[in-house]
Amino acid sequence: MTIKVLLFASYADTLGTGQLALDFRAGATVSDVLGRVRSLPGADVLPPEPLIAVNERYARRDQVLSSGDEVAIIPPVAGG
Amino acid sequence: MRTALTDQPIDAAALVAEVSREGNGATLLFIGTVRDINDGRSVTGIEYSAYRSMAEREMADIVREASERFATPDIVVEHRLGELTIGDASVAIAVAHPRRGAAYDASRYVIEQLKKRVPIWKLEHYLDGTREWVNASGQHVAEPAR
Repeated sequence: MTIKVLLFASYADTLGTGQLALDFRAGATVSDVLGRVRSLPGADVLPPEPLIAVNERYARRDQVLSSGDEVAIIPPVAGG
Repeated sequence: MRTALTDQPIDAAALVAEVSREGNGATLLFIGTVRDINDGRSVTGIEYSAYRSMAEREMADIVREASERFATPDIVVEHRLGELTIGDASVAIAVAHPRRGAAYDASRYVIEQLKKRVPIWKLEHYLDGTREWVNASGQHVAEPAR
């Protein structure tokens, strides 16, 4: 199944893209996506426990994903 | 209740008018502006960016929570995106309520939750020409050379 991964701000700069499409086996979790992203060049910028959203909602590491889900890796927010 | 992300300057007076009603004895306007010094460095401007769809959803959730918790439907929030310069309003929160205590509490709740939860980021531009991403705890991550 294909998962869309979104990167923002400092993470997008360091990884050189704001969006990835990655393939996973059925039953993959948020942790699996993070592990794959960590293998990419520049991913050492990611903290041990980055904020994650699945389909625009903050999510836990063990959330099981479905094909077409949008997983966002969210840098520390700085609005206001 | 209304929330918006906007690429246009925020019209704070319009927000106040929007929450004004005869039953409200207290009206509060909070405006967050871009300041010229941050952590001792001279700032010339800030570029705001967002995970736009999620930011809109989180802002709407926060205002709904504040409305229920503090019992007023009269809350309007706008957050600016794009290139801002010193003194520009980055966020404005208008709250009106029959009583001032709840109005202050609701306004404070909205800004504190917004700063914790809404996926918006600041790229600060400094007088010396450098630019850095700012995070909520005030730490900086140097932007890599392009």
